[in-house]
Amino acid sequence: MRALVCLAATALAAAGLVACGGGSDESGPRDLTFFVAIQPGGTIEKVSERCSEESNGKYTITPEFLPTDASQQREQLVRRLGAEDSSIDIVGMDVIWTGEFANAGWVEEWKGPLKKQVTENVFPNVIETASFDGKLYAAPFNTNTQLLWYRKDLVKKPPATWDQMIEEAEGLKEAGSIQVQANRYEGYMVLVNALIESAGTEIITGDEEVGLEQAPTEKALQVIGKLANGGAAPPSLSTSDEDTARLGFEAGESAFMTNYTFAYASAQAEAPDIGKEMGFARFPRVDANKPSKPPLGGFNLAVSAFSGNKDVAFEAAACLANDTSQKTAVELDGLPPSRSDLYSDKVVTKAYPGFAQLVKESIEASGPRPTTPAYQDVSLAVQRALHPPDKIDPEDTESIYDELKENVEKAIKREGLL
Amino acid sequence: MEAHTTKTSSRTRSERKLAWMLCAPAVLAMLLVTAYPIAYAVVLSLQNVDLRFPDENSFAGLSNYITVLTSSLWWTDIFNTVFLMVVTVSIELVLGMAIALVMHRAIFGRGIVRTSVLIPYGIITVVAAFAWQFAFAPETGFVNDLIGAETDWFGGRFTSFVVIILAEVWKTTPFMALLLLAGLVTIDGQLYEAARVDGASAWQRFTRITLPLMKPAILVALLFRTLDAFRVFDSIFIMTRGALDTESVSILGYNQLISRLNLGLGSAVSVLIFICVFLIALLFVRGFGAKLDEGRPGG
Repeated sequence: MRALVCLAATALAAAGLVACGGGSDESGPRDLTFFVAIQPGGTIEKVSERCSEESNGKYTITPEFLPTDASQQREQLVRRLGAEDSSIDIVGMDVIWTGEFANAGWVEEWKGPLKKQVTENVFPNVIETASFDGKLYAAPFNTNTQLLWYRKDLVKKPPATWDQMIEEAEGLKEAGSIQVQANRYEGYMVLVNALIESAGTEIITGDEEVGLEQAPTEKALQVIGKLANGGAAPPSLSTSDEDTARLGFEAGESAFMTNYTFAYASAQAEAPDIGKEMGFARFPRVDANKPSKPPLGGFNLAVSAFSGNKDVAFEAAACLANDTSQKTAVELDGLPPSRSDLYSDKVVTKAYPGFAQLVKESIEASGPRPTTPAYQDVSLAVQRALHPPDKIDPEDTESIYDELKENVEKAIKREGLL
Repeated sequence: MEAHTTKTSSRTRSERKLAWMLCAPAVLAMLLVTAYPIAYAVVLSLQNVDLRFPDENSFAGLSNYITVLTSSLWWTDIFNTVFLMVVTVSIELVLGMAIALVMHRAIFGRGIVRTSVLIPYGIITVVAAFAWQFAFAPETGFVNDLIGAETDWFGGRFTSFVVIILAEVWKTTPFMALLLLAGLVTIDGQLYEAARVDGASAWQRFTRITLPLMKPAILVALLFRTLDAFRVFDSIFIMTRGALDTESVSILGYNQLISRLNLGLGSAVSVLIFICVFLIALLFVRGFGAKLDEGRPGG
């Protein structure tokens, strides 16, 4: 019995030591915890280490890794932030969380010279994804965009529009399918948003009102319906994501794919035969007369409102997001920098051989997803209205348009079950 | 005479007091870990609480419940849940009974048989769900190769349900079998011998002796499994995330609470799930006469 008590006491003492260990020892470096999605190439470890070193003993950054799945990352973060967890100092924030986190008061606003420093040379629409209500809430780190990838051996010239691409794919004897992301998850929202933006309207207008003009929205819906119900749909379209798309393309099943930039390096490594025939072009148009607005992804770095080390956390986040860090991210993980001036840098042109300028152009032209605090509701509502994709009848998109609009209207007001 | 009664009742009273005192720690613990969260969920369900909009909390009355109960989504999900519950529990009962009989009759290697049957139950549901998902993945799974099909199992509602049901049945049949085995061992072997002497066939012995005597055990097993099956979450979450109308009520609650952070609406869903579970338990205990304390001496 006594042994048991001793054991318990020791355990408690140890826990106490750990709890006190993260503390505010004035002489040593401050411990900062950086919650961020894991990057397989090791970017996060490397930049955390470098910035800790450069701080000259001011702070030490310890990364805490979140899962690769975007919804799971958010779920872990919101549970901690909702409970005002002080163990988070810096948050790796997906571009779509800004409105939500800022409105809930979970992340701190960036001001003064640091604000100027972290937004210098950054693409304006990337800054937009880190802002809410005209205020900046995060330092842009990496951005991302989707390109159209195609097989040069099967397709002479990349199609300019989705209609052309679907027609061309259906006419191919082999590999006549188009890989996209259409499982019921955030990736489908990315596709839907890019199509709606490219058609010339938007899901939500700036002042939290439903956009979705009828004619262009229906045009975007027709594209999905046509793809899903025609011969160009891969067999598991309704459960496809970035990875199944990549795998399908690398297996030689598809002549076309819309996907993020990682797809290129992946194909070179996993399927060199396909990789050497891999062509790239801008995300196709929906309306032949309007330039496309490709998807925009990426991570911005925010300082938690519940951190006990906010002063140094801002400095650390600024370092983690600076140009050197962004170069590390493109070098190790192929993540596009959010600073436009880096696109002529050797590191970037090496990571994107021949298409660095295309990536830059694609980001500049991109149509970001809405930044509303109720984003999660809007995304769920869109996914519910339009999934599975083959429920959209390309000949008659009016009823599905009404459903979509009604769902989004309710979602903005956060009404109803989703 | 009168003095005797007073004496007994005062003794009874002191015994009752002692009983309460002995129960008190358990009752307190239950109140703390069960009653408090349930009561808190009820309180939340009567308010507009959204973690993303901390300044907009207000009293909502029953509006959250009205929103849930008037939503077609809730009823679709109730249908899915009840459908999954009825199908999986029925299959589990039949299979579980067969396995229990085998385990009961096993002459040698009894320990090994019982242990090996329990393995699926020992595997974490999420892990099992991933295993089934990978097995049925259209391009990389082995099932399509095995049966020579090219089915996209998770591309349709019916086929998704097939995989979910298989995974659930595989996982929880051992639990059912174990509960049934416990009932089986309480049956007096002499009854079978007597029946055999009277010329009863194996089927007659099963339907006339085994089943009636096992009714209490079967009801308890069914009650446990039904309550469990109504809260099905892991398998669906891993395999489809509720897409293609395969959502269960637990996933619906999860979406409101964890994804949307709408604590009011999510709590309303949770409370309604709790009420459903309570009604199922009531139906078993009152309607079918399931006795949870069956098997206790004098119970």
